Amino acid sequence: MDIEATLPPATVDARAQRRIYRHRLPVRLMHWINVVCLTILLMSGLNIFNAHPALYWGQESTFAAPWISFGARNTPTGPIGYTRIAGHEFDTTGVLGLSTAPGSEPTARAFPWWATIPGGQWLAMARHWHFFFAWIFVVNGAIYLLYTIFSRHLRRDLVPTRAELRNIGRSIVDHVKLKHPTGDAATRYNVLQSLTYLIVIFGLLPLVVIAGLAMSPRLDTVFTGWVELLGGRQSARTLHFLAAFGLLLFVVVHVAEVFIAGVWNEMRSMITGWYAVPEADARKGARP
Amino acid sequence: MKTTFTLMRARQRDRRHLLRGAVAAAGSAMLAGCDRLSQNESFVETLKSAQHLSRAAHKIVAPRPAMAQEFSAGDVAQTFRGNGTLNPGDPDYVALRDAGFATYKLSVGGLVARPAEFTLEQLRAMPSRTQITRHDCVEGWSCIGKWKGVQLGPILDLVEPNPDAKFVVFRCFDSMEGPSLDGRDSRYYESIDFDDAYHAQTILAYELNDKPLPIVNGAPLRCRVERQLGYKQAKYIRAIELVESFAAIRGGKGGYWEDEGYEWYGGI
Repeated sequence: MDIEATLPPATVDARAQRRIYRHRLPVRLMHWINVVCLTILLMSGLNIFNAHPALYWGQESTFAAPWISFGARNTPTGPIGYTRIAGHEFDTTGVLGLSTAPGSEPTARAFPWWATIPGGQWLAMARHWHFFFAWIFVVNGAIYLLYTIFSRHLRRDLVPTRAELRNIGRSIVDHVKLKHPTGDAATRYNVLQSLTYLIVIFGLLPLVVIAGLAMSPRLDTVFTGWVELLGGRQSARTLHFLAAFGLLLFVVVHVAEVFIAGVWNEMRSMITGWYAVPEADARKGARP
Repeated sequence: MKTTFTLMRARQRDRRHLLRGAVAAAGSAMLAGCDRLSQNESFVETLKSAQHLSRAAHKIVAPRPAMAQEFSAGDVAQTFRGNGTLNPGDPDYVALRDAGFATYKLSVGGLVARPAEFTLEQLRAMPSRTQITRHDCVEGWSCIGKWKGVQLGPILDLVEPNPDAKFVVFRCFDSMEGPSLDGRDSRYYESIDFDDAYHAQTILAYELNDKPLPIVNGAPLRCRVERQLGYKQAKYIRAIELVESFAAIRGGKGGYWEDEGYEWYGGI
């Protein structure tokens, strides 16, 4: 959220909205590269996961007791798809465990065709997609981290001020009411937004990468035994999966907020950089 | 007033439907696009090229002296999961198995100065290495086992590789697609480079968990390449062949699973 240029008030029609240059080109570019990468990584990752749809904690697989597993089994009324979490079974037929791709029979697979790349079960191909886009994702992420630190984007826009942190209660209430800041407040990320971005940038994204690297038997030899810091290789696989779903949860909320805040304005600001600052009275009646 | 309101609602609903339709259309277009790209040879080759980058990067950050983690006796799994072929039905293997592998001979040849054959007894008499390591399957699971065997490096030194030898190919007994009626050889094979062949933990294992190697795990002799995934660790080894290139062997990709589309570099 860079306020590089604000039109001088004299040139602005009183009724016209104030526009700010919110996102600089590098941030916009890296954002969209990230969208492509994360989408492909998640979906190819789910295809890879389907090859052994169970997760464990520790160094190795305790095959008899995964903490979560997906599968299909026969019942007197026909096959069902199940999800088992800590010994509890849930019927998830149609989506998890057993699903039907267009023009085919119900098939036992953890995640359904529409959630995976490629659509069919194909571990080798899913790995090619995953590792190719993992490289782009990591390089893009590394450049972003350097950029965000050295352009002062991090300190200026992402780290909340003390005053903002003190007012976190009001920000929470505003979020619950789906009320978005207006006027000057809308020119900065709100405090919950900044904190979420910080958790994603410095928590979930590094975790998903490190846990991913920990699954490589060769990279495990960089410092012998470093994978134990994550609890072992199977814990790393679990953490990789959980971090990926943490990111998915973030994306769902992020996109929902974009729709609540005004999809055209938000999209324009991430494509052209220009963001129309919503004013308190201008918003009245403009929203349904 | 009421009409305007209803109209507005209708328009909003239309917009919502339009948006939902657009998202669904974009989604299925993306899925169909990805599936079509997965069939496009040059696109897939581009995707697969990432393995060269990964391998080069791995060689820099984890060079040959870097060791795979070794575990303690308490970490060993009660049953070491067998995967792939569990009991080869190939006649030459069955004959060996019925003879308790007493007539087994490992032949080591190809681009070497002194081709040689080794009986199990001879291999057992050589200096051995015991290691408790974690086996990582490409599917995602892991299993810890205690392996005992002879290091591959000293064996290669005995046969003296020619300067043009670049890869070590493991020829196995097990046909992956049943007996070859059409002459198409589906016997398992694998290949590694000298970086892995001379790694201290690369052994030809004849024992698992203090017992002779079970048949499901590759009896009488299997390879352990601890810095790569399970499919690189050839079981039921028949012969070892040193080559300059594996392009002329079967599918030309350096291994049975590689011919089926998996990466030759299984370090990731």
